[in-house]
Amino acid sequence: MRFTKDHEWVRLEGDVATVGISKHAADALGDVVFVETPEAGKTVSVGDSFAVVESVKAASDVYAPVAGEVVEGNEALASAPETVNADPEGEGWFAKIRISDASQVEALMDQAAYDAYLTTL
Amino acid sequence: MSDQALKTTPLNAAHRALGARMVGFGGYDMPVQYEGVLAEHRWTREHAGLFDVSHMGQCRITGDDAIGQFQRFVPGDYEILKAGKQKYSLLLNAEGGIMDDLMAGKPDHDGLFVVVNAGNKDADFAFLNANLAGDATLTVLDDRALLAIQGPEAAEVMAKHEPALAEMGFMDSARLMLFGVDCFVSRSGYTGEDGYEISVPNADAERVWNTILEDARVKPIGLGARDSLRLEAGLPLHGHDIDATTSPVEAALTFALSKSRKEAADFNGAERILKELADGPSRVRIGLSVKEGAPAREGAEIADVDGNVIGKVTSGGPSPTLGRNIAMGYVPPAFAALGTDLKVIVRGKPAAAEVVATPFVATRYYRKPKA
Repeated sequence: MRFTKDHEWVRLEGDVATVGISKHAADALGDVVFVETPEAGKTVSVGDSFAVVESVKAASDVYAPVAGEVVEGNEALASAPETVNADPEGEGWFAKIRISDASQVEALMDQAAYDAYLTTL
Repeated sequence: MSDQALKTTPLNAAHRALGARMVGFGGYDMPVQYEGVLAEHRWTREHAGLFDVSHMGQCRITGDDAIGQFQRFVPGDYEILKAGKQKYSLLLNAEGGIMDDLMAGKPDHDGLFVVVNAGNKDADFAFLNANLAGDATLTVLDDRALLAIQGPEAAEVMAKHEPALAEMGFMDSARLMLFGVDCFVSRSGYTGEDGYEISVPNADAERVWNTILEDARVKPIGLGARDSLRLEAGLPLHGHDIDATTSPVEAALTFALSKSRKEAADFNGAERILKELADGPSRVRIGLSVKEGAPAREGAEIADVDGNVIGKVTSGGPSPTLGRNIAMGYVPPAFAALGTDLKVIVRGKPAAAEVVATPFVATRYYRKPKA
């Protein structure tokens, strides 16, 4: 699993990257009450706001950590947004994105680098 | 604002010891949540929540002309207010705009005890100091903390500490010895629940806070849940739902306009306010039930069913009690009737909404049976 400085994670299987927000991000948001995930077919570039996650207090953009085409948004989050808190790096994934260039994932932080990054915040 | 610039309340260390997440609010380093906003919200609706609201401004206004002078800037009748009572009111500018909303009461026989919003307190006190004439003196009580205990079990919890508190009714105001110290207590709050606000000397605040928290029915509640609770109760938040451009008529706060004061028309902004009462305002605050999609928050546009933008949301979010999204905002009176179908536009997407009555969640203030 790889991470961005904006606290998204990426798990690559073949050419499909599953993306979500890190446990750190989910904890910082607090109770998630609404999630909007992208529809299949949408093309995203790195840094695009491609999903929205809302706590009781505020709405936050989720930025695409990789470029590619969305093959699936996690529609289950619409009716169960609390999954993002319960299992942010598993069942609480946001979208699966088909990427053309796997090297963009390798450029992201690994778990150790991300954990070290969190200690600097 | 940098963290260094934030002021602290006497309970800052207590919040940190409880593991609170701290944020800047109204110039203060305040707990936004302890356990989590939803859990704290629900706990307050079911049991009793304890809030540190020491960031709010407390003052006395005393002297022979205290009430007459205060009334130049508020539309409530404080001459007829009985000792032992408090009344919600609005600090008005010359144009009838709401500079702040406040509680002013007569806890004893020494003028008024007034509580104002944190973010406005410096401006409020400066304004009043500059404008109170005659024998009227404002004394800022920055040597006092303010705690609120709210929820259906608040009265039982507090009766254990002082049985006399159970005898108070909603909006009663008292000065009494509580926890061995001189306190101002009112039976009121900002959640729609029964409860009390307790003004306690700074030096005793942490002891009183911890003593109240010893009761298993009580949990500390942060500003996050305070906001969602007050939203459900339909209570406006100054700087968001009301501001210096909003009149009491627009804000649907006409209950704060005392009959005698309207007849006398002798308060700041009376001309505009009485004209709006007679002719109707150009916009009015409404409650909205958002029937689909994301929460509609402050700044979201409100449109009619044809998509014409007619107003804006001033605060909104999920209602934990109702399990749906609610909002407040302003629209022209033609769209303000209960049941009117409207749209709220969130991130470019229109979602169905309906004008509904406020409070969104029924309030449970304790009103004493008539003797």
